[in-house]
Amino acid sequence: MNTWHQFLFGIYPYIALTVFLLGSLVRFEREQYSWKSDSSQLLVKSQLRLGSMLFHIGILGLFFGHLVGLLTPVSVWDTVGVTHSLKQIVAMTAGGVMGFVCLTGLVILLYRRLTSDRLSANTTWRDKLVLLWLLVTVVLGLATIYVSSSHMDGEEMLKLMQWAQHVVTFRGGAAAIIADVSWVFKAHLFMGMSLFVIFPFTRLVHVWSGFGAVGYLGRAWQLVRPRV
Amino acid sequence: MKIRAQIGMVLNLDKCIGCHTCSITCKNVWTSRDGIEYAWFNNVETKPGVGYPKEWENQEKWQGGWVRRPDGKLEPRQGSRLKILANIFGNPNLPAIDDYYEPFTYDYERLQNAPEVETPPTARPVSVLTGKKMDKIEWGPNWEDDLGGEFSKRSKDALFEGIQKEMYSAFENTFMMYLPRLCEHCLNPACVASCPSGSIYKREDDGIVLIDQDKCRGWRMCVSGCPYKKIYYNWTTGKAEKCIFCYPRIEAGQPTVCSETCVGRIRYLGVLLYDADKIEAAASVEDPKSLYEAQLGVFLDPHAPEIVAEAQRQGIPQSWIDAAQKSPVYKMAMEWKVAFPLHPEYRTLPMVWYIPPLSPIQSALENGLIGENGIIPDVKDLRIPIRYLANLLTAGKEEPVVRALETMVAMRRYMRRKSVDKVSDPSTLKGTHLSGAQVEEMYQIMAIANYEDRFVIPSSHKEMVESTFDDKASCGFSFGNGCSSGVSEGSLFGKKKATPIVFHDMRRDRKLNAGG
Repeated sequence: MNTWHQFLFGIYPYIALTVFLLGSLVRFEREQYSWKSDSSQLLVKSQLRLGSMLFHIGILGLFFGHLVGLLTPVSVWDTVGVTHSLKQIVAMTAGGVMGFVCLTGLVILLYRRLTSDRLSANTTWRDKLVLLWLLVTVVLGLATIYVSSSHMDGEEMLKLMQWAQHVVTFRGGAAAIIADVSWVFKAHLFMGMSLFVIFPFTRLVHVWSGFGAVGYLGRAWQLVRPRV
Repeated sequence: MKIRAQIGMVLNLDKCIGCHTCSITCKNVWTSRDGIEYAWFNNVETKPGVGYPKEWENQEKWQGGWVRRPDGKLEPRQGSRLKILANIFGNPNLPAIDDYYEPFTYDYERLQNAPEVETPPTARPVSVLTGKKMDKIEWGPNWEDDLGGEFSKRSKDALFEGIQKEMYSAFENTFMMYLPRLCEHCLNPACVASCPSGSIYKREDDGIVLIDQDKCRGWRMCVSGCPYKKIYYNWTTGKAEKCIFCYPRIEAGQPTVCSETCVGRIRYLGVLLYDADKIEAAASVEDPKSLYEAQLGVFLDPHAPEIVAEAQRQGIPQSWIDAAQKSPVYKMAMEWKVAFPLHPEYRTLPMVWYIPPLSPIQSALENGLIGENGIIPDVKDLRIPIRYLANLLTAGKEEPVVRALETMVAMRRYMRRKSVDKVSDPSTLKGTHLSGAQVEEMYQIMAIANYEDRFVIPSSHKEMVESTFDDKASCGFSFGNGCSSGVSEGSLFGKKKATPIVFHDMRRDRKLNAGG
């Protein structure tokens, strides 16, 4: 295990999380006007609904899948009686389906953005960065399925879970756990963590608001603001 | 009883000449910015016509406004809260920019710097969206001005419902009218209800509906929720924008820009007091044809002593109660019953009201084509079908519109007798519910239309909610956070794309795209 590995998987996760949380907070506090989904549906209606629906369903599935899969303590799975190899099969299947749905959506969205005159004139480098970054991350994620299929005992996945749980519970030695996993996993991890780094600086911040919008379900129809 | 006050507007369509001055002054003040250049907070449509955006009145297509569910409750036509949230990734009912029009400018520079050519140089249209030259302008904000285009296209107008429209395609039977439109600042706004972020709200003190630009996340549900299509998505800033009823002017007691600059003096502004507790019931009555009367039932009589006392108790400023008593809007809508809400069937309880037009008939009268009653003709001989006006103003119910037109004809009859024969003849008012004194006031306000009669606007009482002493030596008006000028070139979170600079030329990146 070299210094680079220690930095990327022992220290970088904390940098990424800090940038993600602090950056979001600062942007919400200081530049809320810039906080938006930045939809381009008005300019080019075609393909948006299909692409965006597929992409969002896929990525939400992937997000919650990773959240539950990585952060549920191993003892819980053991207590419930889910074997490591069964869990790996479920993760590979669900992740594969969601990843494919997400990838299809992404490709549609990218195609739409790059082929339309109106969109290409109104696309910032940040928009392209987000789409391409997600594309690479999802492709790498799908590639791990191929890697995983060569060892179906679920032990490699266990290492990744332990790594994630060590990171979020501030236990040292996280990087050492995944020292010998395949480079595909490592690349996927790096891209995924970096997504949190670019998050506050791009339109990705609308994810917070998307979750926040769930509060709409319990809101009154009308809003009247009294004088301050 | 929860008493609230609102500044309402009445537009006298009988006097609108379709000059678009209101639209232009509004645009110059509020929407001459990047990304919102395609939007007209105020526009003037020629009816019959499909309007702007195309077919905005076709709610089967756009799903705007409210529907009454079988259980008697209201919900937005575009769906329940859950359905609205489920569509958040792609709004199925959002108009595309081509439903408005592709914003364009012209290559004026070419006229100055063209090299020597055989034919005179032309200024070709340039798309503001792409910066590229356009072969042809296909549509614009007033494409159908003065009945431009074929009848087959404009006859898609939803107001033809229940009318044998083919006969109006004949040149001799053609009719038209102007319809200036702006945000209705509804009592039951569908845009507010559709916003998942809760960024749209109605102001308690004057009823103006506004979008909190900081809280808007660009989910676009308000655009489809509004049945009048008067919320626009700014494609540069990614935020929704709408008519703000010129609130900085209203707060200072001044009329909105569109009202101030109307050359035909067709616009009126005044205070209406209403009972907020009655809104839901009024908007939910079963028969759409009863919605107009139901909305009248929400308003309160500002002359009734018990209403005045209750309004004072609930903290409505005396100056607002005084203004409500002198309100031209109250007189037209409630006393004379000549003004109507726009499309009450949308169940939004709109607060911009319209006086139906008495279409021009004098020449037909002189040719003996239509019957007359004295020198003034009968309402039923008017050129615009009553049903057409009723579809616009009373959900298809013709009686109130007929009564209003007859009241206006009676006013002319009465005043003609008075100014020509020098007698006040109450018999000319037969069939109306008005007295001679009322009709003379009506004449003063509707025909003479002096500035102070049209605009009775109390200034807002900021001193009641904030201490102006605290503002001493603080910053002035700015576009930024707090006292920052808000014009910094860049920021960590993306350059501010919106500029307060008036749109007079294409942005630099568009120009580069156009190849100079």
